[in-house]
Amino acid sequence: MNLFIYDQTFEGLLTAIHDAIDLNIKPDNIISTKSFQDDLFATKHFISTDSDKFDKIWNQVKENSNEQNCQRIFKAFLSESSDIEMIIHDYIKLVIDTPYNVEVNFSEDSVLKLNNIQKKVGSEAQRVLMFVRFQKTTDDIYYSSFDPKYNVIPLTVNHFRNRFADQKWVIFDTRRKFGYYYDLENVREITIGKQKIDFGTGKVNDDILHVSERLFQKLWKSYYDTINIKERKNLKVHMQFLPKRFWKFLPEKDFKMKYVLN
Amino acid sequence: MKPETVNKLKISANAAKYDVSCASSGSNRPNSGKGLGNAAPWGICHSFTEDGRCVSLLKLMLTNYCIYDCAYCANRKSNDIRRTTFAVKEVVDLTIEFYRRNYIEGLFLSSGVIKNPDYTMERMVSVAKDLRIKQNYNGYIHLKSIPGASDELQQQAGIYADRLSVNIEIATENNLKMLAPDKNFDSILNPMNTIKNKIIENKEERRKFRHTPRFSPAGQSTQLIVGATPDSDKHILNLAGDLYDSKNLKRVYYSGFIPVNSYDKRLPALKEPPLKRENRLYQADWLFRFYHFSIDEIVNDEYPDLDLEIDPKLSYALRNPWIFPVDINKASYETILRVPGVGVLSAKKIILGRRYSKLNLSNLKKIGVVLKRAKYFITCNELKAPTINELLPENVRRILLKENRPVKQFNKSLYKQLSLFPVN
Repeated sequence: MNLFIYDQTFEGLLTAIHDAIDLNIKPDNIISTKSFQDDLFATKHFISTDSDKFDKIWNQVKENSNEQNCQRIFKAFLSESSDIEMIIHDYIKLVIDTPYNVEVNFSEDSVLKLNNIQKKVGSEAQRVLMFVRFQKTTDDIYYSSFDPKYNVIPLTVNHFRNRFADQKWVIFDTRRKFGYYYDLENVREITIGKQKIDFGTGKVNDDILHVSERLFQKLWKSYYDTINIKERKNLKVHMQFLPKRFWKFLPEKDFKMKYVLN
Repeated sequence: MKPETVNKLKISANAAKYDVSCASSGSNRPNSGKGLGNAAPWGICHSFTEDGRCVSLLKLMLTNYCIYDCAYCANRKSNDIRRTTFAVKEVVDLTIEFYRRNYIEGLFLSSGVIKNPDYTMERMVSVAKDLRIKQNYNGYIHLKSIPGASDELQQQAGIYADRLSVNIEIATENNLKMLAPDKNFDSILNPMNTIKNKIIENKEERRKFRHTPRFSPAGQSTQLIVGATPDSDKHILNLAGDLYDSKNLKRVYYSGFIPVNSYDKRLPALKEPPLKRENRLYQADWLFRFYHFSIDEIVNDEYPDLDLEIDPKLSYALRNPWIFPVDINKASYETILRVPGVGVLSAKKIILGRRYSKLNLSNLKKIGVVLKRAKYFITCNELKAPTINELLPENVRRILLKENRPVKQFNKSLYKQLSLFPVN
């Protein structure tokens, strides 16, 4: 049994795949140091990430297929699912070994699996674009928490930078404890302490909330409640489109919010 | 922002909610010069209400006062409801603040007609103009065009908005005249023609001068009410098809009639809105827009109404069993699209995938074909199984309906735990 252990990064994974191809070994599993448990009988290969090896494999994939396909592989990697390393390994090996385009051969198992996973990651990223809700703080920063199933916040940064170019914003991943901050010029990665933000509900503490914020949340909720047509009630579809795991971040689904304005 | 805005917002949203248009797609307006917002060409929904509809745009009525008295409308002149009027600045502020918090994708603005069409339209255009010029806002704007407004205003509206729409509401002119005495088909189709011609003109102009501002880049749409009049589905779909062809419409929306004015005897008394029929109409709409069907194949003189029990594609297949079974590994894309259970995406994947190897049932399943339905209509690299021609259409229909039916509630009185010690 051959185990390849890499350091959780995408570069590390591709280095591992490079080494496996180089040594002509089919790995039984490629796992990250985070989920690695020692196995007495396995042959273990500890991979040290090497950017030259990464470039070599990555360029080979680019040559044999196209830029879009590389995006797909990276997206699939962001899913962080437990067997994604082996799927990417099989896929890359297939792309490199086949002399013709293989990325649309859906009767091949790894192609189909990789495509399905990257599609799920893509739709989770779309959900971030849909359900992020900014709260304005006293220093005019629009803050938002999110708890995505996959590590998709990096995929959405460009969208928000283009759209909200004239306001400072923060999007924070409460599950992975990192986020992005846009300061009207650049976007940079940040971490935030727990003092001012409730990671469970994603809400900003009252003392740093902008005076008008509550009003707009209430306006939005009352708008949301009004446009519902009661005669057409269809909770099944509602739940399908707006799963409960997002509700905690949405002001319109905040049942404790009072309509009365003070 | 004043506290009374909450009330205004409620009244206005309540008045605007029956307009079903929600698309925010089709326009690719970039954010220019570090302003606010951009229009995503694929459209983004931001929330969903309990009736399952998406909330993408902030739907508002500039005012719900109206000089018209249309029987199907909640805001008709003779209704005794709360009325309100927004100031231009209020709408602009609400839109900007909601947009900044990522609540909405843009603004959908319509209005009741006050004084005259030109006055109403002018106020609506000034909202769009303020947003675009004063606020440097590049998000989505959908304006409802007021029939009868001048060409000048239509032109301005098209330049500031991403999409314009004029609602037809009723599918036949006689019925429209009966329910809305102030309206006729010409007053609705004329503005549609104007918008269409302007879009075509604008496209040609942009070919010559690249920086000509776009005119209504996301096209125009309309809405038809279903179930308020006895019009058949054939009639409705033919009108829709005609609009797509001759007016270059991007979308026709179908809206199940909700009896908002139940006292009006010209309208039918419905227990609940015809949601199933609405759904089937959308399915039929998709068939002729994306599945290469002609309207005649979906509804014709023999079958003027859509089957409510099964979807229009399946019902087409059951009426035309001789084109089946389709060989997945050989048939053309158009033929594969006609198989019930195969969508556009799966059909494309089949075409791509079969270049490498012959596809069998398990391949099809992984591709995403709904085999439950498709298996009666196809042959593939698999042993021969009974298809629609052996089973006969009526049996296939029965089998498929049976599978769709929900499992009956477990009847407790029939089955119970037996007693160890029978008492007698």
